[in-house]
Amino acid sequence: MEKKIMKGAEALMCSLIEENVNTIFGYPGGQIITVFDALYSYRDSFQYILTRHEQGAIHAAQGYARVSGDTGVVIVTSGPGATNVITGLADAMLDSTPLVVITGQVGASLLGSDAFQETDVIGVTQPITKWSYQIRKASEIPWAVARAFYIAREGRPGPVVLDLTKDAQSEMVEFSYKKCIFIRSYQPYPELQPENIAQAAEMINKAKRPMALVGQGVLLGHAEEELKAFLTKADIPAGSTLLGLSALSSDFSLYKGLLGMHGNLGPNKKTAECDVLIAIGMRFDDRVTGDLKKYAKQAKVIHFDIDTSEIDKNVKTSVAVLGNAKETLPAVTELLQPARHTAWIQSFEACEKEEMERVIIPEIMPIAGPITMGEVVNRVSEATNHEAILVTDVGQNQMIAARYFKFSRSRSMITSGGLGTMGFGLPASIGAALGAPERRVCFFTGDGGIQMTLQELGTIMQYKIPVKIIILNNNFLGMVRQWQELFYRERYSSTPMNNPDFPKIAEAYGIAGKKVTKREDLDDAIEEMLKDNKAYLLEVEVEENGMVYPMIPAGTSVDQIILGD
Amino acid sequence: MEKTLYTITVYTENFVGLLNQITIIFTRRQINIESLTVSKSSIPGIHKFTITAETDLEMVKKVVKQIEKRIDVLKAFYHTDDDVIYQEVALYKIGAEAMLDNPEIESIVRKYNARILEVNRSYGVLELSGHTEDTQELFERLKEFHVLQFVRSGRIAITKSTVERLSDFLAEMEARNPEHQCKK
Repeated sequence: MEKKIMKGAEALMCSLIEENVNTIFGYPGGQIITVFDALYSYRDSFQYILTRHEQGAIHAAQGYARVSGDTGVVIVTSGPGATNVITGLADAMLDSTPLVVITGQVGASLLGSDAFQETDVIGVTQPITKWSYQIRKASEIPWAVARAFYIAREGRPGPVVLDLTKDAQSEMVEFSYKKCIFIRSYQPYPELQPENIAQAAEMINKAKRPMALVGQGVLLGHAEEELKAFLTKADIPAGSTLLGLSALSSDFSLYKGLLGMHGNLGPNKKTAECDVLIAIGMRFDDRVTGDLKKYAKQAKVIHFDIDTSEIDKNVKTSVAVLGNAKETLPAVTELLQPARHTAWIQSFEACEKEEMERVIIPEIMPIAGPITMGEVVNRVSEATNHEAILVTDVGQNQMIAARYFKFSRSRSMITSGGLGTMGFGLPASIGAALGAPERRVCFFTGDGGIQMTLQELGTIMQYKIPVKIIILNNNFLGMVRQWQELFYRERYSSTPMNNPDFPKIAEAYGIAGKKVTKREDLDDAIEEMLKDNKAYLLEVEVEENGMVYPMIPAGTSVDQIILGD
Repeated sequence: MEKTLYTITVYTENFVGLLNQITIIFTRRQINIESLTVSKSSIPGIHKFTITAETDLEMVKKVVKQIEKRIDVLKAFYHTDDDVIYQEVALYKIGAEAMLDNPEIESIVRKYNARILEVNRSYGVLELSGHTEDTQELFERLKEFHVLQFVRSGRIAITKSTVERLSDFLAEMEARNPEHQCKK
């Protein structure tokens, strides 16, 4: 191959092309202007999305990465540009989302001098990235980009930051690219351990009441089919974490619902009854386990994970099965004896019935009173034939959507799980729509969350992003209000909100919209929203004091779940 | 759980910023680092960190796994004092007058097997290697002669095991390198 002499900024473009990048989210600025100049020359090679804020760019890249499985790419400037992506980095780190974030940086000679728009980006991002590296010479660009994509993508994915000094962007370099396929200090896929696989299989074969907890690791490892085969062969009921949703379709017979603080009654209560608990690609977050001292004490725990540091971090395991679920699940399945646990599986039905009568029916099919959050979610899910991608913001809207939206396809639930970032949803829905252009994206948010990144309506307008925005407006920061009602003697400190006319704001951005206040208008409004493939904002006035139940109050054990009636 | 002083050894690539990556893992868990020594290891290009910290077994295991999780960290180990031979160096500066006026300093130097590194018109410098208790004891002993300065290094340690675990690890990792394999 003929070697070409070019500027560092152009070498960056060529490196991104080598990594098959086709979409870039970002925002220009002084210390990254040379890169944007190169991007102008390469504008036919990339779909470039200018968001209205750097936080929007990184959340959009997260949404893009989560639906597509590809690495999201962000380019922002130094200083405030870089600090504005911090929330997204922390979010992507906790939720294992592959990102490569390129930040501009002042020239190498000015580093450490408090120059204009200089921030110690490496120092700030080290604790919240999988890897962060400062590039000070153009010659390092291909090497660092190759390494960045390898690290972001392989093993347990995560965000990577490349801090690119201004002089490295303009320096001339002879470009040649070699993909990274190996880093001696990083083993992304632990070697399979046959003895642990055999031990896990034996434990499952002996189990009378086995139960599986499905996490995002299944989606990240593309192991949905392997999971189904595993569960089916040994007849194991499964609950899902928030981020594991859509790995199993909602109507899969062994799927028993959502785990955790606002999850379903069955999978939560049964955690305290099963004899073998099989965690697959999940990390026993405190929102799933409740009080660890009382969590699944009766059960032997088998933990499938790709990340060694997750083993025994929160819950002591009996057997750890290290590796990619795509390989470990079939390896264990092969050793399983076909089994039936009919009585055990039937025992979930009592929980389902109780929850249906006391929580679900009143929430999704109320006969009178104000519109509930659950009925909006349920109707949108039905109207989209349970085939849409669900994006949520954070709070009550998120929990209700996770509970009542149904999934028939994998990679259909995009939400900020670990960090719980309000404002995540709107930009993430933009990324989701771009990452899966053939699919419909329904974004549920609250009146609080939408206003944290409301400016991204501008991005939706400019690039004609066909997201359906549904605001469940209770004129409150609902989840905090719920806690205040339950645990802080109804002292509603800083939670009531005076809100603008949201459809009018949408109108200013050229986005169609409507506000619904009456139950009888809801179906027509949803139909109108879904009639074409354009952006739409539907504001629904929902009950002010709506609550999300069931609930495991923080710090209590999973079987102390309350139904709230 | 009972707290013990652990020696944590970490082998890393020689990149800028690794010290911070490692120490913030202790900070997050509110573990105080008692001592820290960083130097080149016997293998070219690989740096070695020797850290001591008081914590319990469960925590030290988690910390070591989280250190190893950092991309540019090759390997991390934890040891109790029984697993390692370890040493620290201490330096003591004493005024020249005190040195000359107090003949018992000579017997102290002999008794503790300390070395005299320097004597000039203003001061003398003694050196002692040993465990913290040894160097501390000498410091206490010399206090009456007015020690002008006292410094102690971090711990360095070597394992009692006969296996060189890092070399094995490196060999194992290199064997994985697809560039060295015929297929692919």
